[in-house]
Amino acid sequence: MLFSTVILSIEKLCSLHVGPINLTFPAQHCIGLSGPSGCGKSVLLKAIADLIDSSGTITLEGQSCINVEAPDWRRKVQLIPAESLWWHSTVGEHFQHQINPKQLTQLSLQPDIEQQAVNQLSSGQKQRLAILRSLEKKPRVLLLDEPTASLDTDNTKRVEAVIKEYLTVKNASALWVSHDPEQLKRVATKTLKLMNGQLEVDHIEGISE
Amino acid sequence: MSIITLSVWDLLATSSLILILAAISLKQQFNLHKQLIIAAIRATIQLFLIGFILRWLFGDINPLWLIVVALVMLLAAGHEVISRQQRPFTGSFGYLSSVLSMFLSSFILAIATLSIIIQPDPWFSPQYAIPLLGMLLGNTMNGISISMDRLTTTAWQQQQIIEQRLMLGEQSSEALADIKKDAMRAGMIPSINGMASAGIVALPGMMTGQILAGSAPLDAVKYQLLILFLITAGSGFGVYASLELGSRRLFDQRHRLRLERIAGGS
Repeated sequence: MLFSTVILSIEKLCSLHVGPINLTFPAQHCIGLSGPSGCGKSVLLKAIADLIDSSGTITLEGQSCINVEAPDWRRKVQLIPAESLWWHSTVGEHFQHQINPKQLTQLSLQPDIEQQAVNQLSSGQKQRLAILRSLEKKPRVLLLDEPTASLDTDNTKRVEAVIKEYLTVKNASALWVSHDPEQLKRVATKTLKLMNGQLEVDHIEGISE
Repeated sequence: MSIITLSVWDLLATSSLILILAAISLKQQFNLHKQLIIAAIRATIQLFLIGFILRWLFGDINPLWLIVVALVMLLAAGHEVISRQQRPFTGSFGYLSSVLSMFLSSFILAIATLSIIIQPDPWFSPQYAIPLLGMLLGNTMNGISISMDRLTTTAWQQQQIIEQRLMLGEQSSEALADIKKDAMRAGMIPSINGMASAGIVALPGMMTGQILAGSAPLDAVKYQLLILFLITAGSGFGVYASLELGSRRLFDQRHRLRLERIAGGS
């Protein structure tokens, strides 16, 4: 973790029952986060994405959150929830550009999926597409709230690979919420636990800082 | 042609139809009987009251009293809008925004029509001013009531979709655009239907009244057209204004959805 640039830093962040939180997101690293349900993981993620009120400072590559237009901030600090939602009829309408064919293959999605109707997709297909939909906005930080909860083992690993590659190629950073220690071992370079609104270092065997 | 005056018995006979309908509702458990009877009693009292007020206003053209009556009508319309909302805005926002929207549309259109188009002497002559304003307010009130209800209930139901769109970096106006469009459409349907079906499906109430009261049919038609255009435009502007205010209220400056500003939201 040494010598890596900090992408996002959080100081004294408080929102609802969560906080104060201090946390830094180093480039090309993924922080694993776990904790019992109701401990405030989603609150923390929403506060970082500026979707709910919070106090404290969040800085993205030198720019403070309050000085960035909220929609711009959320494009750069993307929250990806466990269940994706779709509102247009076809997949393609949710994307600004053509979906990257390489990424479609990596996630084992058909190349013509763009033309398909959303209500004909399985929840797993939708979830994988939701990740591509977010990556298209070129986020600097990914806040992944159990992104593979609806996926089988093979697709889970595919998603992990796509995210890892994104972080490396784009020099980005991520926070990955998961209940599965095995998954955190695979994706994270550091793991934390949220207990009673406070972050604690969580030593999962097999992860070295 | 002279008008046939209605007696109290004529009205009692027709009102018994409402009682029959209420009895059916009670038996079939439609749960409309109470509302029906209260609304019928309210209509009777309110219409007689305005009848007396108009008789008195017609005798004494004092613009000050006209303003008082017009304001009472406006405030009452605002009250009607918020009393039939499934998920009204909390606090006084719903009331104030609908009163403002109706003021901007109905009041200004009524004043413009009286002073520029109809031009009675004086232009605020109550015989023209009160019915015109009443028509405009009534229709705008319906439009605003329907569209606000649609806006808040849909936003509440689609909370997760709106938030997902915000997460992807959409402006609050983009994230709400579909819902707003739908609410505008819902609020405009009654006036558009009213114009499209006029004369074929139904003779509009005002024209019917004028013809019954002895006006020449073509004069009644011209007044009816004027009213139809006015109420459609008036409710359109009113609905548009109230949706602009309402959709801004649903978000804060950081484009966050603030559902706690509507009843039952969290």
